[in-house]
Amino acid sequence: MTPAPPDPQRFVPRLHAVGRNIRLGIENLWLHKLRSLLTMLGIVFGVGSVIAMLSVGEGASRDALNRIRRLGSHNIILSSVKPIDESQDSQRRRTAAYGLTYDDVRRIREGIPSVRRLAPAKLLRKPARVGRRTMEIRLAGVTPDWFDLVRRERIAGRLLTAEDEGGVKNAAVLTEHVARTLLAAGAILGRHVGVDGQFLEVVGIIRGEPERGGGLQTPDRANDVYAPLAFVRTRFGDVDMQMKAGEYSREEVELHQCIVEIDRIEHVEPAAAAIGRMLAETHKHDDTRIQVPLALLREARETKRTFNIVLGSIACISLLVGGIGIMNIMLASVTERTREIGIRRAIGATRRHIVLQFITETIVLSTIGGLLGIGLGLLIPWLITRLAGLPTVITAWSVALSLVISVGVGLVFGIYPAARAARLDPIRALRHE
Amino acid sequence: MTPPSATGAPGPAALLAFEQVSKVYAMGDNRVHALRDVSFTVAPGEFCAVMGASGSGKSTLLNIMGCLDRPDAGRYTLDGRDVGALDDTRLSRLRLRRLGFIFQSFNLIPQLSVERNIELPLFYLGWDSAHSRARARELAARVGLDARLTHRPSELSGGQQQRVAIARALANDPAIILADEPTGNLDSATGEQILGLLQTLNGDGRTIIMVTHETDVGRYANHHIHMRDGRIARETP
Ligand SMILES: Nc1ncnc2c1ncn2[C@@H]1O[C@H](COP(=O)(O)OP(=O)(O)OP(=O)(O)O)[C@@H](O)[C@H]1O
Ligand SMILES: [Mg+2]
Repeated sequence: MTPAPPDPQRFVPRLHAVGRNIRLGIENLWLHKLRSLLTMLGIVFGVGSVIAMLSVGEGASRDALNRIRRLGSHNIILSSVKPIDESQDSQRRRTAAYGLTYDDVRRIREGIPSVRRLAPAKLLRKPARVGRRTMEIRLAGVTPDWFDLVRRERIAGRLLTAEDEGGVKNAAVLTEHVARTLLAAGAILGRHVGVDGQFLEVVGIIRGEPERGGGLQTPDRANDVYAPLAFVRTRFGDVDMQMKAGEYSREEVELHQCIVEIDRIEHVEPAAAAIGRMLAETHKHDDTRIQVPLALLREARETKRTFNIVLGSIACISLLVGGIGIMNIMLASVTERTREIGIRRAIGATRRHIVLQFITETIVLSTIGGLLGIGLGLLIPWLITRLAGLPTVITAWSVALSLVISVGVGLVFGIYPAARAARLDPIRALRHE
Repeated sequence: MTPPSATGAPGPAALLAFEQVSKVYAMGDNRVHALRDVSFTVAPGEFCAVMGASGSGKSTLLNIMGCLDRPDAGRYTLDGRDVGALDDTRLSRLRLRRLGFIFQSFNLIPQLSVERNIELPLFYLGWDSAHSRARARELAARVGLDARLTHRPSELSGGQQQRVAIARALANDPAIILADEPTGNLDSATGEQILGLLQTLNGDGRTIIMVTHETDVGRYANHHIHMRDGRIARETP
């Protein structure tokens, strides 16, 4: 009948007690499922907002970096825009003439020393045809430098050369998408594409990156056909007729776009300012636009800051309210379980044991809330991307940070209830009804 | 265990000793003397019954013996150590290593199964789960509850609950078992069973100290302390 005395060999300290306390905490929370769930909501939303916030910020900066990489960090993009302040009458009767001119390009090349290369482009919407297949394309008249500046991947054949440009050749480079649509299978290179009565010989195919985020008018579209600028200029001219809402509109635009490459990155923004001043001198109307991909970084930072402020405050408030809610429930739980605490103390639990038990339970509660919040945090960015079209990226470290925050909230708001539990007088706790 | 200290007046045989112990509760302006100058000793292996009317100070006495409370005046020595000088953590350790409690209202933790209630002291002693489970089963079998291991306390009768409490009190292999009216909530037949169990434990060499206000329950004991108004009115032998 004499039981073996506690064997010191069996003594497995702290760590195993932590495991048992976690199990005990989960069991106790499970006893009050609904109450625990409601208590967690604050943490759920708080953690969800933290992850969403970080994902939007990360998405914005990655997107900016991607676009910069695609557009080139050394580039400035000039484009022609139809002025809006022109009166309706003149627009209807006459040809609307606006935008960048060959002269602008020449003056930029000569007047700004930090310019290394220029890639002017004409962009025309045209129907294209090969045999019986047709599609709407954007005919881009470009110089050979253009391919270099935009760094697009060549899939087959060759790119446009200086001979194509100098000899006003009818060579054409297609994007993958155009090639696939017009020339479904078989030999592609060497075939001819009919564009508005002209025939272009396909010499190469490049990858057509789909445009993301919109806004930037680069000759960088999936349904582009690239031809020598000289060819496009001589065969199609500068006046473009378009059927719009049952009426013909005539527009005269020399160049739709020009990519300016600057020699050094620190010269990019000053050069953009200089070009702006130069264009303002000769363009009465506001008919050109200057975009600096490098400035996208600043825009990204702005987006990031807006979201940080909005979601950051939601997160802070939710976490605070959530934490207080947790503390409240734990205080109620300590009162409910006063007798249990008395029993444990009578058996020999020290104050420290009681503190650990209740702190662990609070941390378990907040961490489960945090895990649910991570679930929500994965959903919100998805919705932001779907509904607002903003890019979002969820990083592993933001998930890790959320877990740390959840544990931290449990710890901070669990200390007081746990201390209250530990301070209870064992005898009084035992008598508690 | 530790030999009695040189200053300990009681003989070397004493397991625990009260010397002029007083306990006063301040209730607003008036003070309630729950214990007044109580002195006695308990030797190892005794079955000691503390009897007396309601409010005579029996529970107060037991709480001090159980290291849940400290005397306001006088000295209480357990294993020759002055309990009044120990801090809260030391008192907890002393309860954990040397004492087992049985209460009138069983005091099992409602959300834990029988097995886990019995394991509680072992958890605080730092035993791993495999060993504590084995020991809990062995103890449950000893009190005849091996078929009820996974039940919650609320699914058991009063007598069964009290047997679980006894098993739990035995888990840490205590030298002293303190019982405050262990049969108070039980019918007389079930009460007899519980008292029989306590007597068996006493037969194994464990010291039992039991509070009761039923005189016929006292006949199981070999040492009787009768309390009245916080004093020992009579002590036999
Ligand atoms: N925490 C307390 N605060 C104030 N007075 C107390 C407290 N505990 C006990 N007393 C008082 O001390 C006296 C002795 O109480 P105690 O609980 O020891 O009596 P008892 O002999 O166990 O009675 P019963 O048989 O009813 O359990 C009583 O007058 C009681 O009112
Ligand atoms: Mg009492």
